[in-house]
Amino acid sequence: MSHFTQISVQSQDFDFAHEYQKLRDSNNSDGALVTFVGLVRDINLQQSVSSLFLEHYPAMTKKVLNNIVEEARTKWQLGSVSIIHRIGQLQVSEQIVFVGVTSQHRQSAYHANEFIMDYLKTQAPFWKKETTTQGEQWIDAKVSDIKKSQDWS
Amino acid sequence: MLKILFFGQLKEITKTDSLEIDIIQKGKKMNTVAELRGLLQAKSDIWNEYLAYGKALVAVNQEMTSDDAEINETDEIAFFPPVTGG
Repeated sequence: MSHFTQISVQSQDFDFAHEYQKLRDSNNSDGALVTFVGLVRDINLQQSVSSLFLEHYPAMTKKVLNNIVEEARTKWQLGSVSIIHRIGQLQVSEQIVFVGVTSQHRQSAYHANEFIMDYLKTQAPFWKKETTTQGEQWIDAKVSDIKKSQDWS
Repeated sequence: MLKILFFGQLKEITKTDSLEIDIIQKGKKMNTVAELRGLLQAKSDIWNEYLAYGKALVAVNQEMTSDDAEINETDEIAFFPPVTGG
């Protein structure tokens, strides 16, 4: 095996152990592997959430995710990078997103993983609509997310 | 023809996911995203509100860009609310 970049946008769930193993198996030179998993929360803005619908702009999504990984690779020496983002209808506590990064030492993997998530949140064309006890509503972008992604530049 | 796409709340509220528009309007070629945005906003109060600068972001040929970006005859131009993935 050798280092890889994997980007997948899919409606089906992913198996964390399998994705982790793929990153581990990709090489023997990296001493660090950092993963992040985003989940559907049951409460948002004090309202009880029962499910989430995720829409995206297919032609643009992969381009943006590829660009984010390329940008991360110019900032840090990385081994393998994996991004999986789900779309469609998701229930509370389901997995939404997986980001896994390997590198020789931990600092690059930690930073790159956070960078990828911060950029994904403000650049990748996904939109969430939640079903709550009050009905359905589109989620507004958070100023804190925009600010956080600006901190990297 | 320009291919225009809407996503998220904008798509839902305008009941429109795509439309085609001639880049020539009233005998004059539109040059920028801003001109196109203005034309679309003129359609109704709802379109005016939800397509407003700052409320709807724009991507030309799948690249996020700004209102002064040039547009060309066969471009795919998408308008959408600020993104909320992750």
